Amino acid sequence: MSLQLDEHGRLRHFLTTEGLPRPLLTQILDTAESFTGVIGKSIKKVPLLRGRTVMNLFFEASTRTRTTFELAAKRLSADVLNINISTSATVKGESLLDMLRNLEAMQCDMFVVRHADSGAAHFIARNAAPGVSVINAGDGRHAHPTQAMLDMFTIRRHKREFEPLRVAIVGDILHSRVARSQIHALNGLGAGEVRVIAPRTLLPHDIESLGVKVFHDIRAGLADVDVVIMLRLQKERMSGALLPSESEFFRLYGLTEEKLSVAKPDAIVMHPGPINRGVEIESAVADGPRSVILEQVTNGIAVRMAVMSMALGTGGENA
Amino acid sequence: MTTLPAVDPLIEHMAGELKARLDVTPSQHPVMIGIRTGGVWVAERLHAALGLPDPLGTLDITFYRDDFSRVGMNPQVHPSHLPFSVDDRDIILVDDVLYTGRTIRAALNEIFDYGRPASVQLAVLVDRGGRELPIAADVAGTRLQLAEGRHIKLSGPSPLSLTERTQA
Repeated sequence: MSLQLDEHGRLRHFLTTEGLPRPLLTQILDTAESFTGVIGKSIKKVPLLRGRTVMNLFFEASTRTRTTFELAAKRLSADVLNINISTSATVKGESLLDMLRNLEAMQCDMFVVRHADSGAAHFIARNAAPGVSVINAGDGRHAHPTQAMLDMFTIRRHKREFEPLRVAIVGDILHSRVARSQIHALNGLGAGEVRVIAPRTLLPHDIESLGVKVFHDIRAGLADVDVVIMLRLQKERMSGALLPSESEFFRLYGLTEEKLSVAKPDAIVMHPGPINRGVEIESAVADGPRSVILEQVTNGIAVRMAVMSMALGTGGENA
Repeated sequence: MTTLPAVDPLIEHMAGELKARLDVTPSQHPVMIGIRTGGVWVAERLHAALGLPDPLGTLDITFYRDDFSRVGMNPQVHPSHLPFSVDDRDIILVDDVLYTGRTIRAALNEIFDYGRPASVQLAVLVDRGGRELPIAADVAGTRLQLAEGRHIKLSGPSPLSLTERTQA
């Protein structure tokens, strides 16, 4: 049995989109859809997780992801604590497990974990007390499943079905946990064709085994696509010889109106943020009519509400 | 095994009672809300019979249930849809079977998260007794006394029929 599902196949932790059955992926999207109604009420809350405690454990800086997790938990009426650990106990030499035991002693029900090391959320899920759920909010280069699901949600809202779609993911695939989770989610949901477009130096060597078509030329790769997902150029990880320069990258792989013209006329443009204007995407595209970048942020709240409520709904005495 | 009545005459009876109540205390703004799934089927027919001007609202009370921590998330949850402001409106809340009253408690909580209605009346197809909360139907198609462990289920949407069974 996989770590993230219980014996009935229900979500217990949410660590990766890899290997999740299609009905479960669809259930996440459907549940998120029903949570979008919550913001139409004068009281933008539902009492589902009243009395539950969610801890945001962020070992790595993040504004958007942490904020939308916090807002999602609050809209579910949970109590939320934000713990910024780069400035906290690990600095004093406390081990991760000791810290976990201490936080559990405060009777929390869920950890939302962001960590620079791949596998950190799995480690915490394996060691967490029974009944405590773990949501991966990004681990190293490995996975960022809630980002991938909010992207799937955004795609489905615009395109309805996944089967006929051609989706291109462009940029720094090598360092991107987002790309990896998107590829697994797109394949899990039955997307027609998933393309990755990147220079050789920014692609993992085994990328084709994930079920994608590889392009090194952006104009060839964007031809007739329905969805363009740009990735952030991870500048802070760019030390060394992977890239000649940012301006060279923009010339070859940056998304411009001109390069986008070969995509389908109704193609949508996505980006997980934060965007580097003039590096991976020009402002005219990022702010243009085909951009759904800000919708992605809004959708992140409903998708995180869905995942949190599904995981906590399987816990406790019933599991 | 009780013989259960046909549904259509019950709905006619409910519509008559609701009309009579509206005649006695005329409301400028009655609106109707059905509770998913069976309550919506009953409400659709009552809504047409009363000729209410506002469209029918629907509630899915999954997010307001008091047994969430025991039963978890219903995979078939739908968004609630109230295509009108509930503020200062006279609401007719419709469900199929009234039993413990917990569904109605959840529905009232959800309605009050949308605003402050002037009044709420409850209309149910079947009041089967067994209340666990101080909640009563203003209008009922029929009132039955059912043994504990027996359940009434409305099948639909067309035609509507009632069946009785022992809870699995």
